[in-house]
Amino acid sequence: MRVIVDGASKVYADRAGHSVRALEGVDLTVESEEFAAVLGPSGCGKSTLLNLIAGLLTPSAGAIWLDGELPAGRTATAMVFQEFALFPWRTAQANVEFGLEELGVPAAERARRARMFIELTGLAGFETRYPHQLSGGMRQRVGIARALAVEPAILLMDEPFSALDAQTRQLMQEELLAIWGRTRQTIVYVTHNIQEAVYMADRVIVLSRRPGHVLAEVKIELPRPREERMLGEPTFVASVERIWSLIREQAAEALRDGVA
Amino acid sequence: MARHPVTDRAAFLTRRQHRALRVVALAALVLVWEAIARAGWVPVLFLPSPVGVLAEAAEMLRSGELLVHLAASLSRLLLGFAIGAALGVVVGVAVGFFAVAEAVGTPVIAATFPIPKIALLPLLILWLGLGEPSKIAVIALGVFFPMAINTFTGVRQADPLLVRAAVAFGARRWSIIRKVVLPSSLPMIFAGLRLGAGTALLLLVAAEMIAVESGIGFLVLHAGNLMQTTKLMVGIVVLSLLGVASHWSLGRLERLAIPWRAA
Repeated sequence: MRVIVDGASKVYADRAGHSVRALEGVDLTVESEEFAAVLGPSGCGKSTLLNLIAGLLTPSAGAIWLDGELPAGRTATAMVFQEFALFPWRTAQANVEFGLEELGVPAAERARRARMFIELTGLAGFETRYPHQLSGGMRQRVGIARALAVEPAILLMDEPFSALDAQTRQLMQEELLAIWGRTRQTIVYVTHNIQEAVYMADRVIVLSRRPGHVLAEVKIELPRPREERMLGEPTFVASVERIWSLIREQAAEALRDGVA
Repeated sequence: MARHPVTDRAAFLTRRQHRALRVVALAALVLVWEAIARAGWVPVLFLPSPVGVLAEAAEMLRSGELLVHLAASLSRLLLGFAIGAALGVVVGVAVGFFAVAEAVGTPVIAATFPIPKIALLPLLILWLGLGEPSKIAVIALGVFFPMAINTFTGVRQADPLLVRAAVAFGARRWSIIRKVVLPSSLPMIFAGLRLGAGTALLLLVAAEMIAVESGIGFLVLHAGNLMQTTKLMVGIVVLSLLGVASHWSLGRLERLAIPWRAA
């Protein structure tokens, strides 16, 4: 399934009556089975864009389209949240089953599919643990398994690894790429980390600072499967530098204005 | 520079359990009471001894008198508590979740909540008669308000991120109430149950002092009128035990109902 964002804008009104323009005229298309990273400085409306695609917000102008046939019993989108957003009163297994419950999948089938994604995300043996009994990395695996379990055509990921330490993040990135190699969803991956975006994505969509609009789209020419050693390759370094030069000024301005 | 050992300066902040002291303190109180009573400084009419109270309780248990009163009180208490708690949760969720219910419910609750519920007892007796319903109704009313207000607060404190996550996975209103709002309100709901339990006991005794022939409240009032101080004290001890028992069982129930809470 493709994601088409057609001139989407979003204006928030705060309590004092001031309006904040988060996004302005965003145009972008994410192709079927593409891994697209959305990158931008802090407060550029990346999360807003993802929430618009997920149907959790109404755009102030423009439209969002999901284009393609959705097989019966499948969900169009599922989301992995930066803050994990696991249900504390549900065990790991029950968290993974949540979306399947809402789809009306029978209990036995639910348990079977949840098991499958629990194993895929390396959570076997932790099914009966509550989120507070799991480490940050494991919590986010539950978040990813919960999203994968509904087998969405489009996987939306909102800075999924930014709350993790650097080592855990590197390992989780590799795992996600390995899983995606098998499941092949369309992925829209929001991050503020240039290296992460270049390492993982087919294409990096660079957003400007608030009000966010598309500054540039950078195709990443690294072959797949991606490997850690590629982090030193000239192609990788060149892409990172190119993107950094694009957003350097934006980030500096954001820092000066106290947005970051 | 000379070497100085570093010691734990926060050591004095460590709180010790003093388990033995808890028992000793309670036992000492009873012992002092018994000693005062035995010394004969105070007439038995004013202060019966703990041993005398125990003996009286045993006698009342054997004759079945105590059980009759206890059964009458417990059935009023449990029924009133259950009705009030259930209504409180339903109204609390509705007012917390639905904008229309909030607009209707908030002013009504704000206006009726401050009324001391005992003042409504004569009105309830007029409406429902002298029998059980008016007693149960006043207890239910007393439990209803803390339950409704606590549930409302709990619903409002539900993490918006979790609500959004549920929506992102296809949850509709009813699912959100059942699977997100209610579980996240459970700690507040249990706090409401504790508040309600105290109120219920208070209203039970008050209600049983008007036009009834059974119940612990009746026992206390009746024994007082007849100057049977020992019997009166039995009633008071039973009330204390009821309070302790309800607190303890709510605690147990809470641990069962909220297993995800870090200990």
